[in-house]
Amino acid sequence: MTAPLRPLVPGGATEQGPASTTPPVDARRLVYGHPASLAEKPTHYCPGCGHGIIHRLIAELLDELHLGPTTIGVASVGCSVFAYDYFHVDFVESPHGRAPAVATGVRRVNPDAFVFTYQGDGDLAAIGTAEIIHAAARGERISVVFVNNGIYGMTGGQMAPTTLLGQRTTSSPLGRDAGLAGYPIPITEMLALLPGVSYAARGSIADPSQVGKTKTMLRNAFQDQLAGGRTSIVEILSTCPVGWGMTPQDAMHHVANDVVDVYPLGVLADRRSPAKEA
Amino acid sequence: MKGNEAMADAAVAAGCDAYFGYPITPQAELLERMARTMPEAGKVFVQAESEIGAINMALGAAATGAKVMVSTSSPGMSLMAEAMSYMAGSEVPIVLINVMRGGPGLGSIGPSQSDYFQATKGHGHGDYRVPVLAPASIAEAVELVADSFELAARYRTPVILLADGIQGQAMEPVVPTFRVPEWDTSEWSATGANGRAPRVVRSLHLLPEDLERHNVKLQAKYATITEREVRWAGEQLEDAEIVVVAYGTAARVARTAIERARADGLKVGLFRPITLWPFPSKALAELAPRLRAILVVELSAGQMIEDVRLSVEGVPVFFHGRTGGIVPTPSEVVDRLQVAWALTASKS
Repeated sequence: MTAPLRPLVPGGATEQGPASTTPPVDARRLVYGHPASLAEKPTHYCPGCGHGIIHRLIAELLDELHLGPTTIGVASVGCSVFAYDYFHVDFVESPHGRAPAVATGVRRVNPDAFVFTYQGDGDLAAIGTAEIIHAAARGERISVVFVNNGIYGMTGGQMAPTTLLGQRTTSSPLGRDAGLAGYPIPITEMLALLPGVSYAARGSIADPSQVGKTKTMLRNAFQDQLAGGRTSIVEILSTCPVGWGMTPQDAMHHVANDVVDVYPLGVLADRRSPAKEA
Repeated sequence: MKGNEAMADAAVAAGCDAYFGYPITPQAELLERMARTMPEAGKVFVQAESEIGAINMALGAAATGAKVMVSTSSPGMSLMAEAMSYMAGSEVPIVLINVMRGGPGLGSIGPSQSDYFQATKGHGHGDYRVPVLAPASIAEAVELVADSFELAARYRTPVILLADGIQGQAMEPVVPTFRVPEWDTSEWSATGANGRAPRVVRSLHLLPEDLERHNVKLQAKYATITEREVRWAGEQLEDAEIVVVAYGTAARVARTAIERARADGLKVGLFRPITLWPFPSKALAELAPRLRAILVVELSAGQMIEDVRLSVEGVPVFFHGRTGGIVPTPSEVVDRLQVAWALTASKS
């Protein structure tokens, strides 16, 4: 004979022991859903591209911190030029590389807004080098999301300032040669030196264990802005399977195994006050 | 007041929310004045790392609806060209004062009008125009600052106030009554999507049909501005047989030359464009039939003269100009007027 079923009515006793004290709930309990700040529109990003994950992390944080109504994002130029189509917040489009300057203007006249830029490696570390360095030098209270996939995706896969030595791209077809094209630039390490930078960190989306840590870095950056900090920057190592000529899985492995040797993960500067748990 | 400082004070009195600049001769005093007066007024001042930084800060601030001004001189204007195209395409209003100096390249720090092409036809890429206002005195410059803000917001466009090194550096009497312009950006500015649908201030329209639609809309805006906002001033035109067409400092020189020429018996008048874009073509064309000659005077190798030639038919157009940061003298202009008089016949 099978054991009698536990009653679902609270307070009801069973032969096995006291009844559950958790009241029954008719509705499903939602443990994972579509963030309100993320638009429903399907993205144009390639299979295996990291932008989708990173957009989602940002949207989750905008929801968790209730920032939707006060956010003014600054979109840049790269594959993520359409970022403004994928978030339900106000955006200003910036010329290539100029996002930190545009964000400076936004921030200075909107002291209560939440301001972030979303930039790729060409945008931030090539054409936009002066703008990011000086925004950080001034300590502008903005959060910079720096997506580093070591290549120019949107324009067809050319070499970027963060392209690795030996990496083949359409403008370094024989592999990046230091003698001809110099070395990958550690821009975030350079920015970390500046007193105007209150938080600088590097994460990755190359495997699930890193995604959660990267979200924590973004949360630290966003909360630092809200607490009156200065410039926060989170560099996120990402993938470009099409540009790299790899499968999405191989692209993820490349980031997790090879790119991190040149661009190590972790917190590069933490001048948040008071010091917070990472 | 010194021209640079008067223009700065006019902007502050007009309610300018933010000023972004970079030092460059001959307008550094404008930046320095704003460095003191904007914080005193509780407003934003930033000396940027370059003119590229300054103009992009302006783009960002203005996209959120703030009243923004930037000032520079010719080489700095070249650096601002990219953002001008983006602001025109995104329909973002700012006021930009260009205190022109000698060019091309590093040039000189003397006054010039050699950025006429740049201001009215050039700067950035794409099909767009921006209103260009040219004062001929510091008092007029002060008035035009407020007018520039108003035009910028009314038509959602950058507006250039084109001055030259003399106007920036000279001192003239100014009555310190400044106007507060109309300004309403609430319909479109990106201020944070609180209780409304999100807004995106952008110039990217990837679908060709969408971009054409957008361009048609911009062209319609420019047609409206051309219809409604032309400004010019005329002096002694009623009986003039030769008209000098000149703006800014060149107009001041021409005025003196005209007095002397009239004393010599030449019937000369002055046609002074105040809007360089839209250019007062119609008004000039209406004058032309009764003229024996037009003399264009510019502090350049001849730029506005092309718009003059486009505007008139059947009238010989003469030119006098100096480059290098040199200002033409009234005597030079009188000589040229004598030549034009001698080579042409009266139409009356």
